[in-house]
Amino acid sequence: MLGSTRVSSSGDPRPRAAGRTGDPLTRSAGLVLLCLSLATVVGPPLGAAFGLDGERIDLASRLAPPGAGHPLGTDELGRDFLVRLLQAGRISLLVGIAGALLTALIGAVLGLLAAFARGPIDALVMRTADIVLALPLLPLLVVLAAVDPTRLGLPAELAASPFLDVARIVVLVAVFGWPLTARLVRAGTLSLLAAEHVRAARALGASPLRVAFRHVLPALGAPIVVATTLAIGQVVLGESVLSFLGLGVRPPTPSWGNMLSNAQELLWQAPRLALWPGFLILLTVTACNLLGDGLAETADPRARRP
Amino acid sequence: MRTYLVRRGLETAASILIVAFLLFALVDLMPGDPIDLMLQADPRLTSADVARLKALHGLDRPLLERFGAWLSGALRGEFGFSRLYGLPVADILVPRLGATLLLVGTSFLFALALATVLGTSAALRPHGLVDRLVNLLALFAVSVPSFWLALLAILLFSVELGWLPAGGEPAPGAGFGEWARRLALPVGVLTIGSVGPLLRFVRSGLLEALREPCIRTARAKGAGTLRVAWGHALPQALPSLVTVVALQTGGLLSGALVVETVFAWPGMGRLVYESIMGNDYNLALVAVLAGAAATLLSNLAADLLHARLDPRVQLG
Repeated sequence: MLGSTRVSSSGDPRPRAAGRTGDPLTRSAGLVLLCLSLATVVGPPLGAAFGLDGERIDLASRLAPPGAGHPLGTDELGRDFLVRLLQAGRISLLVGIAGALLTALIGAVLGLLAAFARGPIDALVMRTADIVLALPLLPLLVVLAAVDPTRLGLPAELAASPFLDVARIVVLVAVFGWPLTARLVRAGTLSLLAAEHVRAARALGASPLRVAFRHVLPALGAPIVVATTLAIGQVVLGESVLSFLGLGVRPPTPSWGNMLSNAQELLWQAPRLALWPGFLILLTVTACNLLGDGLAETADPRARRP
Repeated sequence: MRTYLVRRGLETAASILIVAFLLFALVDLMPGDPIDLMLQADPRLTSADVARLKALHGLDRPLLERFGAWLSGALRGEFGFSRLYGLPVADILVPRLGATLLLVGTSFLFALALATVLGTSAALRPHGLVDRLVNLLALFAVSVPSFWLALLAILLFSVELGWLPAGGEPAPGAGFGEWARRLALPVGVLTIGSVGPLLRFVRSGLLEALREPCIRTARAKGAGTLRVAWGHALPQALPSLVTVVALQTGGLLSGALVVETVFAWPGMGRLVYESIMGNDYNLALVAVLAGAAATLLSNLAADLLHARLDPRVQLG
């Protein structure tokens, strides 16, 4: 989303069932992501079993250093920092995965539409993609995040719920993230539409929808998965920036971004509050980028970095 | 060439107009228009007052009509007033624009220099030690959240070492040294934040160019490594680099918003953030539009430059 992707859309988009299962770096990146997700799911209930609570405010033990009672200490309200980090990770990863999936969905639909329709619709979709790719993302996200949901006709109750915070970010990142997938899908679809088997299917009278879902999309699975993996990292980054600025996930719902926003004011007293959430964001995004690049190489060995 | 220029120019103008309209429509969805905000501050206002004031300022008109009025003012250089500052928007924007240009321009030059030097060294020996380190740096640069990097920089250089100020603008009339000290951390963070994609583009562009037969000829004729890289390969990679580098303008402006906010640098990015937080939507609208227009224009400029640098490109 922020321009770090390097997905090959060269000639043949069909996945190659290569014998390679990825290099050790790709595998460990996948392992890191898996462990992180597991920890955020299993960690908080496990912590509760040991009497660690990420929600309970305990002003008597504010900013306690790491020790026996709290493995990573407590935050400015006396909540267990480790459990809170994992709870925040749950939200951040959820936003990342949901945002990337929605991005892929919108991108795939628009890419297919452009390639099948050609003509003015194609031109409109692709020119919009160019413009969206060029525009400064963050200022626009800041403006969009400030929109009052009640003015869009949502009931005030729903507008104030933490669910909407999360849903809003997911929608916002997808609104700006689709162009890369759309370009990829359009290019892949165009080359597939020229391929013999797809032309045969069309000649036999298959409807455009059937061609799209039976013959085109399955063949584009690999590049879409790669783009989506890379997008997870970019969405996690985007969510953290917005939440850091106070426009994303809002406290008391924790996310890595808004934890950093609190930590900024306590930088002098408790730097560890700033170190951990940022490190976990860095770890997640790095792992997504490595995994995406590695998957791209596995799926299409010719796209290997020279 | 001329028809191409006219077409691309018109396209860019239309894009800016569409973005302006979308932003204007968005401002309509923001919590509280100016009259609602007045109402909060003064409970004695009656609903009749509110209706009268809205009619007076034209806020009861349809969206398109208001946009038309705003646009005709904007084209004459009148962008209205800022609610927060009580000044004409243009008076606030101009100094902020200068501060952002200084920050973004310096960071961009540093990032470009760094990307050229490191990208060249990496491309000259693929899979060597330097290449691996450069790839690692690029991966770190595209993966690190820049606001966290900014916090770390403050922690290290301001809190622990006490070498540099944690942020803020130089006092009026400050010398070069003071400006450099204030700019060091923001520029450093923004440079790292924007060098990643550039590094990858330079490296892969050079690698591709180095495979051309003319490079073998140049080597055979005894050209040195640097001469081959910068004299022969880089000029070939340059046209496509110009295009992708221009695409980074948007990323730089996004980075500027973060860096300016963390380091309290008085630029456009922080202005966008502050005006949104302070419900000063007229100011936010113009500031965001200026950033969007800048990126679209830089992409237009890159397209034209691309055609100028690469004689094979046929415009039509």
